[in-house]
Amino acid sequence: MTAAPHGGHRDAATPAASAPPAGGGLRRALDHGWVMTVRNLQHDVRAPAEVLLSLCVPLMMVLVFGYVFGAGMAHPGTGGPEGFRTFLMPGIFVMAMLYSVSATATGVAQDADKAVIGRFRSMPMASSALLTGRAAADMLRALLETGVLVGCGLLIGWNWLGTAGEALQAVGLLLLFRFAMTWVGIYLGLAVRDPSLVGLVVYPLAFPLGVLSTTFTPPQLMPAPLAVVAEWNPVSSVVNAARELFGNPGVGGGSWVAQHALPMAVLWPLAILAVCVPPAVARFRRLSR
Amino acid sequence: MDEPVITAAGLRKRYGSAQALDGFDLAVARGSVLALLGPNGAGKTTAVEILATLRRPDAGSARVAGFDVAREPDRVRERIGLTGQHAAVDELLTGRANLVMFGRLNGLGAAAARRRADELLERFGLTGAARRRARGYSGGMRRRLDLAASLTRDPEVLFLDEPTTGLDPRSRNAVWDSVRELVGAGTTVLLTTQYLEEADRLADRVAVIDSGAVIAEGTAAQLKSRVGGDHVDVVTAEAADLPAVAGAAARAGGGEPQVHTEDLRVSVAVAGSARIALLTGIVRELDAAGLAVEDIGLRRPTLDDVFLGLTGRPGAPGALAVPGAPAASAHAAGEEVSA
Repeated sequence: MTAAPHGGHRDAATPAASAPPAGGGLRRALDHGWVMTVRNLQHDVRAPAEVLLSLCVPLMMVLVFGYVFGAGMAHPGTGGPEGFRTFLMPGIFVMAMLYSVSATATGVAQDADKAVIGRFRSMPMASSALLTGRAAADMLRALLETGVLVGCGLLIGWNWLGTAGEALQAVGLLLLFRFAMTWVGIYLGLAVRDPSLVGLVVYPLAFPLGVLSTTFTPPQLMPAPLAVVAEWNPVSSVVNAARELFGNPGVGGGSWVAQHALPMAVLWPLAILAVCVPPAVARFRRLSR
Repeated sequence: MDEPVITAAGLRKRYGSAQALDGFDLAVARGSVLALLGPNGAGKTTAVEILATLRRPDAGSARVAGFDVAREPDRVRERIGLTGQHAAVDELLTGRANLVMFGRLNGLGAAAARRRADELLERFGLTGAARRRARGYSGGMRRRLDLAASLTRDPEVLFLDEPTTGLDPRSRNAVWDSVRELVGAGTTVLLTTQYLEEADRLADRVAVIDSGAVIAEGTAAQLKSRVGGDHVDVVTAEAADLPAVAGAAARAGGGEPQVHTEDLRVSVAVAGSARIALLTGIVRELDAAGLAVEDIGLRRPTLDDVFLGLTGRPGAPGALAVPGAPAASAHAAGEEVSA
């Protein structure tokens, strides 16, 4: 018997032999990814309070900013309070996608924390399934949340004024942003590991990103340095693009990034994915050492 | 003879400054039960985790069911089941959903996984609770579900890491029965335990592990004979009675009475099947001599005795299964006397 490969190096790269067997690999990955998607959706169904609570944050924001502060926050670009609510809704959609980081990260941290992950790893399971199942279930959940929020928007007088195709493109951008946020959540969940700490880490990150953007206020009304931050905030690009595609009032602005909201709303999520996916996968692999 | 179904050679694993495994060697024959016996911190769990592909060894190699655990972990995973110390089930899912999920991940199709789940629920007496969340299960039910989850595809090798720690006697018996059934059907079982009694009841062979290495291996009977076998213990009320009690015990036969003044105890070794004869003999002699004693009973060697016998020192201080040891001896005494 020879010494094991990588003897003495605990963090050595995964050897080729642990790759899925040729042929059935992709099928198995898809199959197991689906099993884990179903499992995560069962969690949502079995613990609906968590899903409802995560919908409460955006709904509260509609109430607070649309009605409580609405009249005071209206600005020349939007007209009166009703115009402001039309201006607000695309921002609320993006906020919901942003705050979903917390739910994803909590789910991932809970999985990493529990004995059940040991059983998963002792099975001939496609290890990618834990992550792909999480991402897929969260995307399905995002569809539901988007539906609820769109319905809520229609109730308070928001509507899309462009074509149905443009509106669908806007929803597509929202879901792309959500997909990027899912991977931020997977990374944070694996980095923090403690489900009770996840909220403490996520909110201080999500809050400034949400507020320092074009969600509530045009950057022209902010002090110059903050305006630059708000214009270049990925959240702003997605919000601006959604407003454009829905045909809702926007913040205007002559800067390059404000003029190119649509491509930026695609580029930002892709950049976030490029930054988050590799370390998330690396952290996930390290769980098994 | 068949090639052993589990082999480990020179396994080493270090966590920070703690050497969890330090040259661990083992061979387990197909269809047998091996108990890995040792105190907390001896390296039992690390050994199981490496054999079940959950951790990589720093050095050494291991083969399970014909495949190298480091090089072909997926091949090994297709052939093993693992039940750990903590029930590894999904708390939010129902018992049935858990078994369906694990069956699917073990390579069963959707329909086959459902069929298998229902079979296992029936076999482990969980059919009534099948549609309840695992979170609401009692400790015994959870452990049974956990065991069922490791059997979704009849494993060649089953690893049980302290399968009955923390269970009440009834649940413990239920787990033991299930293990015997599996072994009857040809599964090889490696179980870790802190209880000599458990090793005794279930295992064909016992390997004693200490500080990350196997220090003794053999049948339970061989190990016990190495530490002196069963004893009759007589506890007196007064130190002054000890010599008289020792005299009475000597007249009843058995081994040379050992007098332990520190706990007012006289201990007599039993040879083979003469346990009841020796016990009743001593009772008769004590009665004839008019000696009143505090306690008398048959005592089986405990893990502590095994360690003392093998290493000359007790197992990790305070880490031994203290609740198990006295309970096991009292239980044994009661059983023998009423037999």
